[in-house]
Amino acid sequence: MRVTAFVLLALLAVAGGVAVFVVNSMARATIALAVSFVAAGAAILLVDAAYLGVITILMMLMEMGIMAIFMIMFMMNPGGLMPMSMMHNKRGALVVSIVVFLLLAGGALGTPWPQRRGTPPSDPTLALGEAIMGGKMLVMMTVSAVLFATIVSAMVLATGRGRYDGEPSARPADDA
Amino acid sequence: MTAAPVWSVLPAAALVLAYASGAAVLDGLLDPADRDRGAGVRAGRPLWETARLLRQRRRSTVTPDALLWRAGAAGPLVVALLMAVVVPMGGRAVADPVVGVVWFNALDVALWLLVWSAGWGANGVYALVGGYRYLAQALAYELPLMFALTGPAVAAGSLRMSEVVAAQHGLWFVVWMPVAFGVFLGAVAGFSLWGPFGYPAGRDVAGGVLAEPSGVDRLVLLAGRYALLAAGAAMASALFLGGPAGPVLPGWLWSALKTALVLAALVAVRRRMPVLRADRVMRLAWLVVLPLTLAQLLVVAVIAVVVGG
Repeated sequence: MRVTAFVLLALLAVAGGVAVFVVNSMARATIALAVSFVAAGAAILLVDAAYLGVITILMMLMEMGIMAIFMIMFMMNPGGLMPMSMMHNKRGALVVSIVVFLLLAGGALGTPWPQRRGTPPSDPTLALGEAIMGGKMLVMMTVSAVLFATIVSAMVLATGRGRYDGEPSARPADDA
Repeated sequence: MTAAPVWSVLPAAALVLAYASGAAVLDGLLDPADRDRGAGVRAGRPLWETARLLRQRRRSTVTPDALLWRAGAAGPLVVALLMAVVVPMGGRAVADPVVGVVWFNALDVALWLLVWSAGWGANGVYALVGGYRYLAQALAYELPLMFALTGPAVAAGSLRMSEVVAAQHGLWFVVWMPVAFGVFLGAVAGFSLWGPFGYPAGRDVAGGVLAEPSGVDRLVLLAGRYALLAAGAAMASALFLGGPAGPVLPGWLWSALKTALVLAALVAVRRRMPVLRADRVMRLAWLVVLPLTLAQLLVVAVIAVVVGG
């Protein structure tokens, strides 16, 4: 059952990845990539890492949404419904992808995988949280406060000059 | 809470659709545009509209991206049904995964791409603007929503919905997390393109993502919007209002009543608030609501540590 599900999800993930380069619209490429990532996230669910699997799906869908905004915004053909090629430098890209694939596949097959030590924790999510955060809580808290302050101040700077929000008093007086 | 059998997806889906229909009926009753007609006519509007859309011939645009368009139109209904899978009603849910809360969150993020696809696929300018508005608005409400969902999870010490509900015996989370509750309801309206967050389907862009779909596509899209509201209301009653807890009446009836009440409030707010522009929502969300939600989460975390430790 699990093997069947894994095979189906793996095929879906690879098919989605292939589709990114086959389809001729940016929007479809984005969605195809999202499908590929969702299949990869669902495959993580199969090893009982529920939190990691669902959070992978969540983050990837979010990233694809953001990517859709910027990718299509900066495109020369923003309508995106006209045919266009997603491939540039085909020969070089092909060589690079094949080499990387062989390296990764060789690594996966050639690594002497360790035997399992101990038993899986009763709550993998809790164990994961403690493994990531446990000894580094102070660092995490400091960094998160700094990150949050950065984001909010960036928002303050960015939204102050919105297209429709120029308050009269905020503008320099036009004396000249 | 025990694992429900597989067939329970059918009654769960029927329940979502029943609540969605109820919401549509209430919205018809509250619509001031038809005030001079009888209450029966207004209450029956979802039915007449369904019949009309089922018979309507599908109107298309010039070279639409049909695949993405159809997927986007069907998306909200599918997402609402998938959300409902983890929402307990009367102490029972179709499934109770260890990460129920995150499941709900991941699905509402899936709406980003789906609603955007619904706008993009139509190949019409108003629909496209609507799709982008949805993404812009989602950027505003998503982080506050995540922190609002974190509150009950921290207080319960679990992401499992049954444990979140069980942790509220005696004191509902809404009592000591009012900010998170309010943010959650706002976010439900946000991902359902509803009321003050109906900007992606705004009248200023001729309906935005709702501008082009017709016939069955439109029916499924509109039903999905009500179904999202219903799933969100059920989630709110389970996360913050104690789920099946309540005196005298049986648990399932309390769950049903609370869900209906939240849903009715969401529907009623539609015509009582102005639609907010995405850039204003963005500023409000990041500069006011997000710090408030974080302060709320801090309070919850401190209480959880003091009481639990």
